[in-house]
Amino acid sequence: MTIKAKTAIALIGAGMLALGTMGLASAADEERKSIAPPDGHPLDEIISGYEFRSPETQALQDDDFENPAYLWVEKGQELWDTPEGKANKSCSSCHEDAAETMKTAGAEFPKYNEKLKKPVNMEQQINMCRTEHMEAKAWKWESEELLAMTAFVRNQSRGVPMNVKTDGLMKPFFDKGKELYYTRVGQLDMACSNCHEDNYGNHIRSDMLSQGHTNGFPTFRLKWQKVGSTHRRFKGCMKNIRATPYKVGSDEFVNLELYIAYRGQGLPVEAPAVRN
Amino acid sequence: MREVFRLAKSLVVAGLCAGAAFSAHADDKMASLKIVDGGIPASLTGVAGDVDKGRKAVVNRKQGNCLACHAVSSLDNQPFHGEVGPSLDGVSERYSDAQLRLILVDSKKVFEGSIMPSFYRTGGYQRVAKKFDGKTILSAQQVEDVIAFLKAQ
Ligand code: HEC
Ligand code: HEC
Ligand code: HEC
Repeated sequence: MTIKAKTAIALIGAGMLALGTMGLASAADEERKSIAPPDGHPLDEIISGYEFRSPETQALQDDDFENPAYLWVEKGQELWDTPEGKANKSCSSCHEDAAETMKTAGAEFPKYNEKLKKPVNMEQQINMCRTEHMEAKAWKWESEELLAMTAFVRNQSRGVPMNVKTDGLMKPFFDKGKELYYTRVGQLDMACSNCHEDNYGNHIRSDMLSQGHTNGFPTFRLKWQKVGSTHRRFKGCMKNIRATPYKVGSDEFVNLELYIAYRGQGLPVEAPAVRN
Repeated sequence: MREVFRLAKSLVVAGLCAGAAFSAHADDKMASLKIVDGGIPASLTGVAGDVDKGRKAVVNRKQGNCLACHAVSSLDNQPFHGEVGPSLDGVSERYSDAQLRLILVDSKKVFEGSIMPSFYRTGGYQRVAKKFDGKTILSAQQVEDVIAFLKAQ
């Protein structure tokens, strides 16, 4: 199977070469194709989900004007400057120009939160800023507002290599996430690893399996016809194997997200990506 | 129809209760099947498999969905054959009926750590969605039908 994966990648590589005459590939393009993993990493090479999609889907992502997810980024930008809550503050009241202040944050979540003594992901950080710093209501998971703000903030870090901490205080959460990743669940009795580690590059029915990275989230899925969160995707994969998914925003999913972010350590943030 | 359904359900419940008295794994439908030399020699139902019904179960995405992972040349009219597992062409030349039956019932007994689902096992799972809990993916007769189909490839 690994051989097959390699040929598929080689084919994709050849396709890129053919397109090479149309413009030079940027450094970020090179990186998402294949980067060398850190020591002790489970993958031989780390490859962005982008590389496994069709040229049509890739083209939608390549052009910010064509990429339908930019509607959410624009909405997020508006919200960034909109004062809300009892404190009558906007995000920009404290964080000012997102292009400056959020340049790397999008690559660093889930991140350890001192107060909660556990990692939080981007959606949770945004909501904590709303409730604690703005005295506004938390946005609901998968609401247009939370998706828009997450897309906007992560978009500021586009091209920045994924860089989550996994040692020290993060270690126990990382280990739990790893365990979930390799645990078989559901009536179809599969672990994330069965598809995204053992079989990437192989077609499962019409879909070519990727390594299941999160560097593109929130992601516009053609199937959803809208942008969706990392946890929504996790849920979908669990439902497909006839398992009871964990809840969006649950500790389990945050731990899993942390572990998966590490599996994609070094991949450039692509948010908001386009997938089928 | 409804009568039959209710009957099936009560049989399952009866099976559960009776099983529990004997062993921890007795809630598993597999528990009563005899594995001999890496295969299950006895038919699960005693009723000969039906190739056409087997074909349907193989293709149906809510049943076998075998094409998600396997290619089958005789089903070229179906779009998108998967490449996770080997082609099933000529598979009965490689395995006896008994072996095929065990591969279908519980693939992991034949291929350690396989991604292939166990189509007639109910025990030993985690976090199964309520809708599917305690149920097998294929019915006993469907397993026999699929074997008949595989032998025709
Ligand atoms: C009153 C000031 C204030 C407001 C308003 C505010 N934040 Fe924050 N934000 C902070 C502070 C302080 C931190 C540092 C971590 C913490 O205390 O939560 C932070 C941290 C963050 C981080 C993590 C940055 C990093 O590098 O780790 C993000 C992302 C963020 N805020 C987004 C937002 C968004 C989006 C909004 C508007 C919905 C917002 N913040 C509103 C004060 C604020
Ligand atoms: C039966 C195979 C299968 C299993 C098991 C599975 N997935 Fe997936 N997953 C897919 C398919 C198919 C896709 C869409 C194509 C792709 O990117 O692989 C996908 C996509 C994803 C993506 C999006 C990747 C991207 O680039 O946008 C993530 C993230 C993901 N899966 C996470 C998980 C997690 C977490 C688990 C375990 C809880 C899991 N998957 C289990 C089949 C699977
Ligand atoms: C999720 C993927 C998947 C699905 C679905 C699946 N299989 Fe498999 N199957 C495999 C893999 C992978 C192998 C190879 C053994 C291994 O490495 O686990 C295999 C092996 C087999 C073999 C042995 C083939 C050989 O030549 O050694 C048979 C027979 C088989 N499968 C039949 C079926 C049938 C019939 C179905 C549908 C009822 C089915 N499989 C569904 C993944 C799958």
